[in-house]
Amino acid sequence: MTKVNLLAITLLALLLGACAGQDIPDPEPTDTTVDGSGAGTDGYGDEDMGDGTFFDDEPQDELVMVIFFGFDQSDIRLEDQATLERHANQLANDSSARVRLEGHADERGSREYNIGLGERRSQAVRKLLLLQGASARQISTVSFGEERPAAFGSDEESYAQNRRVEIKYTAN
Amino acid sequence: MTWARIMLKAMTRPCAVLGLVLLWATAAHAQLEIEITRGMGTRTPVAVVPFGWQGSAAEAPFDMSAVVSADLYRSGRFAPIAAEKMLQKPTSGADLDFDDWSILGIEAVVVGQIEQTGENAYSVQFQLFDVFSHKQLVGYRMPASRGTMRRVAHRAADMIYEELTGIPGVFGTKVTYVTAKGESKNRVYTLIVSDVDGENEHVIMESSDPIMSPAWSPDSRRLAYVSFEGNVSTIYVQTLRTGNRIKVSSRPGINGSPAFSPDGRKLVITLGGTDGNLDINVLDLATRKVTRLTRNVAIDTEGTWSPDGNTIFFTSDRSGGPQVYKVSAAGGTPERVTFEGGYNARPRLSPDGSKLALVHLDRGKNYRIAVLDLESSELLVLSAGRQDESPSFAPNSDSLIYATRQGRNGVLETVSADGLIRQRLAAAQGDVREPVWSPFPRY
Repeated sequence: MTKVNLLAITLLALLLGACAGQDIPDPEPTDTTVDGSGAGTDGYGDEDMGDGTFFDDEPQDELVMVIFFGFDQSDIRLEDQATLERHANQLANDSSARVRLEGHADERGSREYNIGLGERRSQAVRKLLLLQGASARQISTVSFGEERPAAFGSDEESYAQNRRVEIKYTAN
Repeated sequence: MTWARIMLKAMTRPCAVLGLVLLWATAAHAQLEIEITRGMGTRTPVAVVPFGWQGSAAEAPFDMSAVVSADLYRSGRFAPIAAEKMLQKPTSGADLDFDDWSILGIEAVVVGQIEQTGENAYSVQFQLFDVFSHKQLVGYRMPASRGTMRRVAHRAADMIYEELTGIPGVFGTKVTYVTAKGESKNRVYTLIVSDVDGENEHVIMESSDPIMSPAWSPDSRRLAYVSFEGNVSTIYVQTLRTGNRIKVSSRPGINGSPAFSPDGRKLVITLGGTDGNLDINVLDLATRKVTRLTRNVAIDTEGTWSPDGNTIFFTSDRSGGPQVYKVSAAGGTPERVTFEGGYNARPRLSPDGSKLALVHLDRGKNYRIAVLDLESSELLVLSAGRQDESPSFAPNSDSLIYATRQGRNGVLETVSADGLIRQRLAAAQGDVREPVWSPFPRY
């Protein structure tokens, strides 16, 4: 058991690259196996040295604040699901945190219908955040439709930049 | 900037933090210039003779004939001749020599006078004559002040137009629209009301947050609109004369797409709620009671009333793409109305109830303004742009106004309901969108 723990700790420490120039404390074995065979055991142990904790000071990727969508789509792309999981964790870890999900559409078609499309997108993000542990009272949604474009061109590139949900933290 | 406007700005300073500056009755330069993009082959030649003047000043305070001529020209149906080409310039019917007009091929002549009756009081009269029959078709006298001269001219043009075409004129009507200027953080949205010829422009509301979906009350005294102040959507009803506005819907989620009932007592609105399921609702303005009319996971929005108030037409994508549906204003099962093409949205009924204007995606992937004849189910595409939107009928049901693109900006166009006369109202600056034609003015 101790051997396994040590191995795991060493591996993890190497993987995380967190051990450079620092000793990783060896945590106390947490359990002593006792089976029901009636065999007695003797206690023996070194002085307690306290629990260690893993840490990770690797720079985190900047949290992505905009989720983009395909034409006439409100499905969240696979690569954005990890981003939303991080947002969800952030919300779950801080119950005072609040986000406003701002849905947007490209300029094509009718304006109020585009408000609907933008809202459909912010709701898709909201649902994923709720599934991953954020609570409903932390999230509000708004749709600006095509009213607040990020890109002002009338071409596919601009449209793609405008079909989006912006995640805005409003309180902490 | 007028003194009153400066005062208002100062008074609303606390609101400026929210990015809002409320303004009212602020006359600005005419933003719209008119350019005819498509006309009928033949215009009827007419003459509007410069009006006579009797008063203390050397010249009349207003050029009535210029405004009446411009109105008739803009209709696309008439070709008023220039004053230099006139062989005589009579100011009353008694002085008319019909031969001088028939030789020029003129079919109808307008003569008139302005008479001063007080310091700021005038009497304006005009007469319309048929050159062929020598008959007076209409004669009318109206009181006026310097402030009402322009409206008096539009009223004269409306009467002349109706006499000659059988269709009530709409030169005295107004239009409301939204402009957006600047990009990103510097973007400013403005709600404007102007005469339909682009003159007499007033800023109704200005905000750094989007303004959407203006709608006239049936008496033309109020506008409903959506504002995104504070990053939430809210429906307001604002009284034009006072500038006072009332928040009528600010529920969680979407509050959008308001349209007044024909009696002015209710609004059909779109509510999304926390879960973002957009449905059609009716809001009673007196009791604030909300009645939900549709209950569908699809987007249901852009509700509008039939002229009799019994039916609500709306956009829904319950079948996949957006299509127009109708439902009884008392509730019931919605019924699909549009079937041609994969995208039909933003329905607006003609005031006579016979036609439905909508945004239609054609086979060439252009979003165009089309009119569906509710009797024959025939769909007629009226516009020629790539991204045309927000059609709105004139109160005489004979023409429509809508927004189209010119480069990166939105501009306004009008088109006759038969598609034959189309004109662009060129905006001086900014992105102009969501025009809504007012009801008939109260004379």
